[in-house]
Amino acid sequence: MSERLLLADARNRVFGVAVSLAAALAVVACVAPATRSGAAPAAAELALLSREDAVWLERVSFGLDSATVAAYRRLGRGRYLEQQLTAGNESLPAPIAAQIHALQTPPLDAGEILQTLQQRRKAADAMVEGPDKEQARKALNDDGNRLAYQAVRLQLLRAVYSPAQLREQMVWFWLNHFSVYQYKGDLRWLVADYEEHAIRPHALGKFRDLVLATLEHPAMLQYLDNSQNAAGHINENYARELMELHTLGVNGGYTQQDVQQLARVLTGVGINAGPVPHLKPQWQKLYLRRGAFEFNPARHDFTNKVLLGRNIAGQGFGEVEQAVTLIVRDKACARFISRELATYFVGDAPPPHLIETMAQTFQKTDGDIAATLRTLLLSAEFAAPRTAKFKDPMRYVLAAVRVAYDGRTISNTRPLLDWLNALGEAPFARQTPDGYPLTATNWESPGQMSRRFEIARAIGTGNVHLFDPEDGGAATATGFPQLSNRLFYEAIEPFLAARTRAALAQAGSPQEWNTFLLAAPEMNYE
Amino acid sequence: MSRVTRRQWLRLAGATLASAGIATRLYAAPPGGPRFLLVFLRGGYDATNALIPYASSFYYEARPTIAIPRPDPAVSGGALALDANWALAPALRDSIGALYQQHQVAFVPFAGTQDLTRSHFETQDSIELGQPLGGARDYRSGFMARLHGSLVPAGSVAVPAISFTDALPLSFQGPGQIPNISMKSVGKPPFDDRQVRILTDMYAGHPLEPAVASGLELRRQVAQAMQTLDDEMRSASRNALSIKGFELEAERMARLMRDSYRIGFVDIGGWDTHVNEGAAQGALAANLTGLGRGLGVFAQSLGAEWKNTVVVVLSEFGRTFRENGNRGTDHGHGSVYWVLGGAVNGGRIAGEQQRLERANLFQDRDYPVLNDYRALLGGLFRSLWALTPAQCAQIFPQIAPLDLKLI
Repeated sequence: MSERLLLADARNRVFGVAVSLAAALAVVACVAPATRSGAAPAAAELALLSREDAVWLERVSFGLDSATVAAYRRLGRGRYLEQQLTAGNESLPAPIAAQIHALQTPPLDAGEILQTLQQRRKAADAMVEGPDKEQARKALNDDGNRLAYQAVRLQLLRAVYSPAQLREQMVWFWLNHFSVYQYKGDLRWLVADYEEHAIRPHALGKFRDLVLATLEHPAMLQYLDNSQNAAGHINENYARELMELHTLGVNGGYTQQDVQQLARVLTGVGINAGPVPHLKPQWQKLYLRRGAFEFNPARHDFTNKVLLGRNIAGQGFGEVEQAVTLIVRDKACARFISRELATYFVGDAPPPHLIETMAQTFQKTDGDIAATLRTLLLSAEFAAPRTAKFKDPMRYVLAAVRVAYDGRTISNTRPLLDWLNALGEAPFARQTPDGYPLTATNWESPGQMSRRFEIARAIGTGNVHLFDPEDGGAATATGFPQLSNRLFYEAIEPFLAARTRAALAQAGSPQEWNTFLLAAPEMNYE
Repeated sequence: MSRVTRRQWLRLAGATLASAGIATRLYAAPPGGPRFLLVFLRGGYDATNALIPYASSFYYEARPTIAIPRPDPAVSGGALALDANWALAPALRDSIGALYQQHQVAFVPFAGTQDLTRSHFETQDSIELGQPLGGARDYRSGFMARLHGSLVPAGSVAVPAISFTDALPLSFQGPGQIPNISMKSVGKPPFDDRQVRILTDMYAGHPLEPAVASGLELRRQVAQAMQTLDDEMRSASRNALSIKGFELEAERMARLMRDSYRIGFVDIGGWDTHVNEGAAQGALAANLTGLGRGLGVFAQSLGAEWKNTVVVVLSEFGRTFRENGNRGTDHGHGSVYWVLGGAVNGGRIAGEQQRLERANLFQDRDYPVLNDYRALLGGLFRSLWALTPAQCAQIFPQIAPLDLKLI
């Protein structure tokens, strides 16, 4: 015991700051190995998480925090998973709920946003050249940046604090799968609505609904140019990516001919934030309008099509629904989506039989995402992964913040965004429609590792602005996080490698100790 | 030793773990020798509006709103005629045009891959892997990594390679650890030598050890080099011309390639011009202007080493010969590759060619591929490094190098 006390004392002396909880826990933690080996009972109040549970829980969340661990302990794995898969209205911590409410007030949909934007743009264009016109244009541009950043804030706050962690991961996953780029067209104004109305409601729902919701959203229609796709002016960009990236996969069995046919099916699917156009009477009943989404029969190619070997009779928007149904029921789609999900949750080369089992669930349930995930997350492969999974930047940054601040409300998400930018995985910032890569090889290069360590240092030393108000006022809190906390000793410390312990032992200050811990291999893998 | 006593022992004895000894070992600059930079334009740049087939009347029929007018000596700043068939886009006139006139640029039209998916990602992957089509793909083997590997005698690092990107591109995936660091923004190194040692030791024996060691070392080295460069630029620029964007990146890349690296990679996005591509001015022209100027800066900044340097600019595919319904172009097939360098046999249009008329279009829509990129690059590498047939086969298996006398 004297040895342990000596250590606790040494830590206090070396760090020269109050580490009362940590010191107390450090004493207890030192007993832990003996407890596990069975030699010494009564590891006091610490309740260690098993390695299997810790890994499982880390993979179905953006990293451990006390609230997540407590919920898992209370419910057990089965009930915890069911709750996560059926998560309804979120119960966010009050300060976060207030921030989110403020960001969504007044509630606007894409149609209203585009209408206002077009009016303002028109007014600005009509002004005579001069400082006023410059000012109006700058105001518009600033608004775009502000709205895009609001969308990022909404996403990051929920990802850090929502108890519905799996749903937040799936929101990220689908936003990445149906990726859009904020700097094209009017997308800065649209991405928040895209997440809120196209992705979020279907993140654990039916895949077909998700495809149709993205297909009808002005963000996607602009990003992949289908708003420009009309009879006689074919633009096949979206048609190709819809099959290649969203549903069937590049080797999913379709041909260039299918791309051209699907592009024709999609003619007339576009955006209109203005008044309903004047149409011939026979077209009026085929015209559709939902928010800013429009199906305009005057722009549609009504010829019959053949897609994936099936006939689609020219009839209007019904063709689109028929085509999407055809595509999402294809075995290739079930396999492609299952493989993407397994890659995200299991690792770079998921076992083929797992993908096959998931694909069967997907097909049996008519593309039920929650059911497919249940098959994945309760599988033997997922329960006992053969290899550790390297965290992509989003998972790494969020997990570091979650464990470091453990539920404490941050007031400023700008540092999170800066870190994600530095690591090349910021929300709505993937220029190409393929989304960020899901495999580790893309994120573990030398440049990535040194950037991660810089971020570890920023978080660990508290030399960040997470507690500055977004409006630029004085910081609400300062100081560095206390990483050697109860969560650490219950769920992380027992599994640290000897070399990590050796590095921690060389830390000259708690800030440096935090930095080394956040840089450790254990924090980069799950 | 239990971990507690070990930890104590470390502290009390003030013991230090042996350093992995990585500093300065990896990146010593070898004297002289050829340099190669690959510039990948992601998105499929519209080669037809960069190198304009102005002798083809079909070009002007097929692109009613986005064709670039024929070179006209009476018009200043228009397209620059390179020969009787081809002209350079006005956006490239001052930068690449000037190098062309010094015979330091060659263009290879009808170049590309036989991959026909017309998917950006599939085709980029296929080019970066550089493996024969149709076989099983090895995603851990890119052609730049194989080039690097074929040039490295066992145990030494004679031809250091670097990727100027945030993430390591597929072309550099392979058994060797190629460092990567973007030149978009570079700051002070965050860790001192002691911290670097502790962090590196923490990964000793871990699969990421080489990445960690090389990443921390590169960060230190780049910060040093950029400090010198900034000082030089500041003292030199009494007429302070501030450069930014790709030009600034190019300046920094040139410094590292001049002093420390022999093989480099950089990519530039934003070339997917489906809508409102523009002609002499517009979206594509703006991109080409930035690219051209950056390459000009790169050439200039390499100084005497420019004569030892070759730059290849390529893209995953060309675009449709006809403009689409949105004053843009869609995914096509054959492209135009650029080969630049102080000792390049330039000022000419190289490789197999054919007249551009409707009957000659591939699938009635695109440039055909007459010069396979693997053969083209293989031939170039062979001349540049005097490669043996075995080395050539290692880099691009199952294809004979094509000697276009580019060097």
